[in-house]
Amino acid sequence: MIGKKAFPYAMITPSMIVFCLFFIYPIGYMIYLSLHDWNFVSPVKDFVGLSNFTSLFSEQEFLEVMRNSLVYTVLTVTLTTGTSLGLAVWLNKQGIVYRFVQGAMFSPHIISLVSISMLWMWLMDPDYGLLNWFLGLFGLPESPWLTDPSTSLLSLVLVAVWKGIGFNALVFIAGLQSIPRDMYEAASLDDATWFRTFWKITLPMLSPTLFFLIIINVISSFQVFETIAIMTQGGPINSTNTLVFYIYEYGFNFFKIGYASAAGVLLLIVVSVMTFFYFRLLSVKVHYR
Amino acid sequence: MAQITLKNVSKRFDDEYVVNNMNLTVKDGSFTVLVGPSGCGKSTTLRMIAGLEQVSEGEIWVDDECVNDVSPGKRDVAMVFQNYALYPTMTVKGNIEFGLTNKKVPKKERESLINDIASIVGLENHLYKKPQTLSGGQRQRVALARAMVKKPKVFILDEPLSNLDAKLRSQMRTELIQLHQRLGTTFIYVTHDQVEAMSMGDEIVLLNKGEIQQNDSPMNVYHYPVNVFSAEFIGTPAMNVFLMEKIMPYTSNIDKDAHYVGFRPEHAAILTTQPYEDSHCITLQGQLLTRETLGSETIYQIKHRAGNFTVKSFLPPLEENNKNVFVSIPYEKLYFFDENKEQDRDHHWKQASSLTVEGM
Ligand SMILES: Nc1ncnc2c1ncn2[C@@H]1O[C@H](COP(=O)(O)OP(=O)(O)OP(=O)(O)O)[C@@H](O)[C@H]1O
Ligand SMILES: [Mg+2]
Repeated sequence: MIGKKAFPYAMITPSMIVFCLFFIYPIGYMIYLSLHDWNFVSPVKDFVGLSNFTSLFSEQEFLEVMRNSLVYTVLTVTLTTGTSLGLAVWLNKQGIVYRFVQGAMFSPHIISLVSISMLWMWLMDPDYGLLNWFLGLFGLPESPWLTDPSTSLLSLVLVAVWKGIGFNALVFIAGLQSIPRDMYEAASLDDATWFRTFWKITLPMLSPTLFFLIIINVISSFQVFETIAIMTQGGPINSTNTLVFYIYEYGFNFFKIGYASAAGVLLLIVVSVMTFFYFRLLSVKVHYR
Repeated sequence: MAQITLKNVSKRFDDEYVVNNMNLTVKDGSFTVLVGPSGCGKSTTLRMIAGLEQVSEGEIWVDDECVNDVSPGKRDVAMVFQNYALYPTMTVKGNIEFGLTNKKVPKKERESLINDIASIVGLENHLYKKPQTLSGGQRQRVALARAMVKKPKVFILDEPLSNLDAKLRSQMRTELIQLHQRLGTTFIYVTHDQVEAMSMGDEIVLLNKGEIQQNDSPMNVYHYPVNVFSAEFIGTPAMNVFLMEKIMPYTSNIDKDAHYVGFRPEHAAILTTQPYEDSHCITLQGQLLTRETLGSETIYQIKHRAGNFTVKSFLPPLEENNKNVFVSIPYEKLYFFDENKEQDRDHHWKQASSLTVEGM
């Protein structure tokens, strides 16, 4: 009898061990570290209470980092989602051309971020880059791209949008194709214009997809790291320094582990709140069949 | 109020003709039923009339306007889809209102129209619900309301009752007939159920393989089927049709030149004892195979050397052990068809009187 009851627990034990080891334990340890002062090598960890958090918020640099993260996230998410939705609507047709464009657009998604970063650094080189050469070709003013604080963050947004569009558009196309054709037939009999059909039928029926993409885009944008580490190192003058890169720098360059952990805890809170919000909204507001 | 005319309309899907050279006039204010077996092109015909499908050849006219190049929304037709195709993201009210808003009907007028329609179809208490939360019959009503509120010239209904259970279906059938009488609008109704066709239509268009087989009133289709297909499709159970040569040995009162002969199961009388010789009837002796008692009527399968056939009787059911039965059919209830399975118009059974004269 006991054996029968224990059986299910025995079955999930392996995955629970993995879950605890690589998920629960690190989170717990991070919270623990955020309350201490530690330099990564010293055998003692001084308990300092919440002082890591208070110093975070009094730091001008950290507030700038938060602002950068926010601007980067908002721009990346709106541009990626908007553009890929438009592309998906345009590409949601039968035909070899459309299939080719879909495939071509998706390809950045499977390239590693390191290669993408290198590629775009080369494209965005102010003196020899292809982008400035193009701008010149059309008689437009050249851009300093990554080398000036006024354009550096936007340049990173551009890279993120370029990488994200293919995947987003593909998910949107899948969503569009799940809308029954007779919805559109009914709308055409109701004499709806293209725009009204899109606004009143396509978009509401696409809302689960839309919402899902927005949330995963927000979370991944908030956690941007590779492109910044490779392309700008947070510069120039902190203009591209975002939360994860900031945590990395404080943790592994300056060895202020407690301080970095406190920032990590903040990131965890932000992401958790958004995830929670996502599921709450999903259950009440977004149309699901 | 409109008359629909199809002139030599054909529809091809990659070289395959689904509707073939169809000529049809749907009279103003009629309840016309398109009926036929599955895949015969009923929905395609409807969708061409609605404008959801382009015609490959021919013209469609609404009154005196050729609508071939008119978009669905401008044709003044409303369609009720088989699966209703309600907008799941809108409330019942939103569903009904959508077409009105598109037509730029002022808000006040919209409200009063919606309220009127809702009370006609009995949806007053469900206006703010989403379609998913409604029952099948209620969804059906929403679909009807959505079509009705636009006051179209033509109503098009594609098997609107096929998703409902038998009881609700017969209830909705009555409601639709009443609705048609009340609105006086032209209805074009598709079904593959011949009972629905017979009971609802005042005009039946019988289709097979994309071609019109017969276009007439229900009673005429029943009494004067123009071909074997029509004879076998309308009526339950189907008409018994035999090759002429199989029946000839059992009668002397029919000319030989027809190719097929048929009779309806309900026109035959079933007896357990040999009837008196009657020059007005053909009598076939056979074995009782099966018996279906349906309450008011009984359907017998009878085995005969000319082929098995069915008989429908409204008398109390025979005992199962009466294996040997006699079936008589009046000559005047026989149908004759020529070798192309078309009605054989010139054919007559020999009049009994002339027969008597000959015999003397
Ligand atoms: N878009 C299409 N492409 C190719 N063939 C089609 C298309 N639509 C319909 N057909 C074919 O046309 C024929 C008639 O179809 P239709 O839907 O008109 O039949 P139906 O009479 O409505 O049948 P049912 O009673 O089953 O609804 C079918 O053989 C079907 O396969
Ligand atoms: Mg159909």
